[in-house]
Amino acid sequence: MAKQDILDRIHNFYEVALGYTEEQAILEATRCLQCPNPRCVQGCPVGIDIPAFIKEIKEGNYSAAASKLKEKNSLPAVCGRVCPQENQCQELCVIGKMGDPISIGRLERFAADYERKAGVTIPEKQPDGATGKVAIVGSGPAGLTVAADLVKQGHEVVMFESLHYAGGVLMYGIPEFRLPKEIVQAEVEYIKNLGVDVKTNYTIGRIFTIDELFADGYDAVFIGSGAGLPNFMGIEGENLGGVYAANEFLIRVNLMKGYLFPEYDTPIRIGKNVAVIGGGNVAMDAARCSLRLGAEKVYIVYRRAREQLPAREEESENAEEEGIIFRLLTNPIKFTGDESGWVNGMECIKMELGEPDASGRRRPVPIEGSNFMMDVDTVVIAIGQTPNPLIQRTTDGLETTKWGTIVADEETGATSKEGVYAGGDVVSGAATVISAMGAARKAAQGIHGYIQKKKTGQ
Amino acid sequence: MYKIITKEEVAPNIHLIEIAAPDVALKSHPGQFVIIRLDDKGERVPLTIAGVDLQKGTVSTAFHAVGKTTKKLAKLKAGDSLLDFSGPLGNPAEVENFGKVLLVGGGVWCAPLHYVAVALKKNNNKLVVVAAGRTKNDMVYENQLKAVADEFHVATDDGSKGNEGLDFINDILKAQKFDHAVIMGPVSTLKKIVEMTKPYNLKTMVTLASLMVDGTGMCGACRVTVGGETKFACMDGPEFNGLDVDFDELISRQRVYLPEERMASMIYDKLGGSVKRG
Repeated sequence: MAKQDILDRIHNFYEVALGYTEEQAILEATRCLQCPNPRCVQGCPVGIDIPAFIKEIKEGNYSAAASKLKEKNSLPAVCGRVCPQENQCQELCVIGKMGDPISIGRLERFAADYERKAGVTIPEKQPDGATGKVAIVGSGPAGLTVAADLVKQGHEVVMFESLHYAGGVLMYGIPEFRLPKEIVQAEVEYIKNLGVDVKTNYTIGRIFTIDELFADGYDAVFIGSGAGLPNFMGIEGENLGGVYAANEFLIRVNLMKGYLFPEYDTPIRIGKNVAVIGGGNVAMDAARCSLRLGAEKVYIVYRRAREQLPAREEESENAEEEGIIFRLLTNPIKFTGDESGWVNGMECIKMELGEPDASGRRRPVPIEGSNFMMDVDTVVIAIGQTPNPLIQRTTDGLETTKWGTIVADEETGATSKEGVYAGGDVVSGAATVISAMGAARKAAQGIHGYIQKKKTGQ
Repeated sequence: MYKIITKEEVAPNIHLIEIAAPDVALKSHPGQFVIIRLDDKGERVPLTIAGVDLQKGTVSTAFHAVGKTTKKLAKLKAGDSLLDFSGPLGNPAEVENFGKVLLVGGGVWCAPLHYVAVALKKNNNKLVVVAAGRTKNDMVYENQLKAVADEFHVATDDGSKGNEGLDFINDILKAQKFDHAVIMGPVSTLKKIVEMTKPYNLKTMVTLASLMVDGTGMCGACRVTVGGETKFACMDGPEFNGLDVDFDELISRQRVYLPEERMASMIYDKLGGSVKRG
């Protein structure tokens, strides 16, 4: 798949990956063996009928391919762009054993993009009589999925979002050059057209509690509030000016379009030498944004080695290609500031890998006496997020873990509180878009079953 | 869209607006804030709630027209609309029967302070209220605060009305014993009053208007060190015991975007402050 030229793309926020042309898509679809027992489907958390949609592309029925995708996935244009296909569907592809697997993600993106331009068809609702009213808390990938699944089954669905746009992490977290916001809003629009009532500017836990939603006549509540609370390292100088949590940095850039300041009102301030702490997709996003905002040198500072970077390989590669400098086996221990309170340096220590830890990865151990200074004037801390505690704090009877995640049944999404379901990052901790959607599909089934039982007594 | 029902310039460049937002009105408590956004290119600006009218389903807030967004907001009229109005956010101010309470408000903050004062009065507290402004012309909510106070003082920076400066509060603290204090104002004022109440170990609640983006605990922009721990003003506050707050860090964090804010405001002024009516 063609990408925007490196020298151009590091100066703009336009999408990097350009997508397949029709010819490329048909050629790729033709390589698919149409396995009778397709292993790729087993690797898809939402269970898309992959051979079927690829067959439609091969035959030139692109809208039909998109409809096939949407039977299981309401956000194909998003998933075609940000899913880690290499570890899911594509990893299991039979052709992949001999050479390159079928580029399932790129085909998904192609079909979804085609349909968006050609016009989207809205499927008929299929109520089975036992319909209820469901509140969805959070409009990210999990919430959107549950909302779409339930509204198609005839339920009345109201989705509450605290920010001013629906989409959650797809709007505030993932940069424009990886996932254009116009595409997210088009998929949100599709969900609205299915009949979901989306209420933005509603922070559940402040304006209404979960119990107040039940008192207001909702039969069930789905919590998909994500993992939005940033982690900090707890080291000296972390509250200096110029030290951002990745969330603040990305919200300013993505949701508020800080890269277009002063045309847009929200500023983002970036220096010459930027250090992004962490090695996940969020770190890569922050680093690549920094470059596009005009930083001269951008470092990824990660305490483990290259092989252990949690980011998708494609994202690390893109970052490297664009000139991001990787400082691996390195950990910051202190930030220093100038007299105005702005960060001007970072003391680091070199690390080596010891025995495996609880996560199964080799534990990074500091090498004594290896301290050194890095000259930086902007720091972005991207070492993970935990769930926002607001709902947990304001809801009685909701069991949570010591990490602040909500305890929910893996098969149904049911929590310890009757009628309350949860899924996505608020249950799993920060993970991927598609795993949140997988959990959400199960929760939608769980909620549907619960309402059926409640309404019919069976 | 959220319609502006009434708007009034209560002092030079200080405006009080009343916005139709029935759900927000129903759930608001003194000390909480809202976040507004004027249009699709607008920033998210937190404003502390100054009162609600449940019958009309409105929320009031006061603001000082100093930056681009507040200047733009000042140009809107009753009947115009804001694109976004999100609230209530933050925790309500602590309100119970404390006994005798010292309240100090500075400038525009006298409006939300009044909302807290009324709630404290309902809880049978004795209120000693200080309303402060730059000059006699900059006083906000003076009469309203006076009406709810058991003892009332006025202070101006230039001495054009009441006491000159806030030092006289030292004498009040020396002469009377307080059980609780609530201070709302610019950070410099908060810091100053807390220095006065510290020797008496008087719990002095301050409302922190930190830099914020989402206001729901996500961005971490509003982080502030309280009692040696990092807290988020939006989730853990905005009201904190000022005795534990690291004000110097807060002041330096508030200055982070000053150059950009000045630039945006200057460009806005140069373009004649033209504004798209919502």
